[in-house]
Amino acid sequence: MLNVGKIEEGFVLDHIRAGMSLSIYHHLQLDKLDCTVAIIKNARSNKMGRKDILKVECDIDKLDLDVLAFIDHNITVNVIKNCEIVEKKELVLPKEVKNVIRCRNPRCITSIEQGLPHIFVLSDEKKEIYRCKYCEEKVDRKKL
Amino acid sequence: MRHLMNPLDFTVEELEGLFDLANDIENHPEKYAHACAGKKLATCFYEPSTRTRLSFEAAMLNLGGSVLGFSDANSSSASKGESVADTIRVVSCYADICAMRHPKEGAPMVAASKSRIPVINAGDGGHQHPTQTLTDLLTIRSLKHRLNNLTIGLCGDLKFGRTVHSLINALSRYEGIRFIFISPDELRIPDYVTEMLNEKGIPYEEVMSLEDVLPRLDILYMTRVQKERFFNEEDYIRLKDFYILDRKKMKLASPDMLILHPLPRVNEISVEVDDDPRAVYFKQAQYGVYVRMALILTLLGIHVD
Repeated sequence: MLNVGKIEEGFVLDHIRAGMSLSIYHHLQLDKLDCTVAIIKNARSNKMGRKDILKVECDIDKLDLDVLAFIDHNITVNVIKNCEIVEKKELVLPKEVKNVIRCRNPRCITSIEQGLPHIFVLSDEKKEIYRCKYCEEKVDRKKL
Repeated sequence: MRHLMNPLDFTVEELEGLFDLANDIENHPEKYAHACAGKKLATCFYEPSTRTRLSFEAAMLNLGGSVLGFSDANSSSASKGESVADTIRVVSCYADICAMRHPKEGAPMVAASKSRIPVINAGDGGHQHPTQTLTDLLTIRSLKHRLNNLTIGLCGDLKFGRTVHSLINALSRYEGIRFIFISPDELRIPDYVTEMLNEKGIPYEEVMSLEDVLPRLDILYMTRVQKERFFNEEDYIRLKDFYILDRKKMKLASPDMLILHPLPRVNEISVEVDDDPRAVYFKQAQYGVYVRMALILTLLGIHVD
C-alpha cells in the first residue's frame, strides 16, 4: 500500500478517471507552479474500480479549477486548510477553454494560423455546448 | 476600437443609426464626397470576389478616400507563408481601415485581435458575410420602410447559403417576422437555424413549392445553387434549376412584393423579370455601397454635419 502524506493547504482532486491525472496536471498548468504535487495513478476505488488522485500543496487562490468541469464533471475537489477538508468545491463549466480541445473544422483559421490558441466559448450552459471562438464550430461537451 | 465581424455585432438601435446615415448618404452624396479625404482603405482579399471588393472600393472612393490591397492570396505574402496576424500588423501601418475576405472561417477575427485599425469581415468561408446582411437589411428598410411585420420567403439553397443564415439571424431580432423557407429537400434550412427560431417563438414554414406561397410574401429572397458546394456533379445539375422565377410566376406575387438576391444570379431569376419594378436586386447592390460607406464612416468615427 502506497502512502502519501497529508497536505497543509491546497487541493485533493479525487475520483479522476484512471489514466487522466497527467492530462489534468498539464491543463491546470501545475508544471509551471513551484509547489508539491502528488500524482496517484490507478488507486483502488469502490465506486470506480480504479481512479487517479492529484494532491496539490499550494495557496488555494492560486489555481483556476474551472477547466476541470470541462474535462470531467465527476471529479471531487476537496479544499484543504490546516490539513483538514474545509470545502467540497462544486465545479462550474468554464465560460471559455483554451487549448484543451482542438477545432476539427478544416475550414477554421486555427487549421493554418501558427501559434493561434484553440479557444472554445460556452454557448449553451444547459446543453453543455461550446463553440469555437473563430468559426463557431459546435462541440457537445458530453460527447467528448 | 470597433470592428465588424458578425451582423449581430451592432444592436438594433445602432443599426438604425447606421441605416439612417446610409439613407442620408443616398440622398446627399455631395455632403460626404470628401469625408474620408486622406484616409486609406486596405482591401485584403485572400480569395477572389469582384462584387464585394469593388463595392468596398467604390464606397471609400465615394467618400474621397483611397484604396490599396490585394485581390487574391497568390498576390499577397500569404503565398510566402505569412500569418494573418502578421499581415494585419503590417497593413495597420499602411491604412486606416481594412476589409478582409478569407477562405478560412474566423480569419478576420484573428486579424481584428492583432490590428491597430478597424477590420471589417468581408466574408470568411461559409461562416459570415456581415456587410451582405447589412445590405439586405438596408434594402428592405429603405424600400419597405420597416424591418418588422414582414413575411419573408427565402428560396433556393438554404442549406449552404451563408447569406440566408445571417439574414435570418439578423431579422429574428425584429417584431412580427414570419419566414417561409422554400427549398428542395436536399437543400433544406439546417436544424440549428430552425432550433433558434423555435426557441425565440418565431413562426416559419418549410415548403417546396414557390408558386403556392408567392401571394403571401412581402419579400422574396432568391439564392443561387452554388456548384462548389456539391461533391457530386449530378446532384448539382438536378438541383440547379429547381426554381426559376419568371414573369408567369411573378403574376402570382403581390404588387408590392420585393425580390432580393445577393448576386451573382445564374438561372434562378429569368432576365425577363429584371424590368419588373419589384425586382430590386440591382438596387440592392447600390445599397451595398451606401451601407459600406456608412460603415466606414462609423468605424472611423467620422461625423459629417
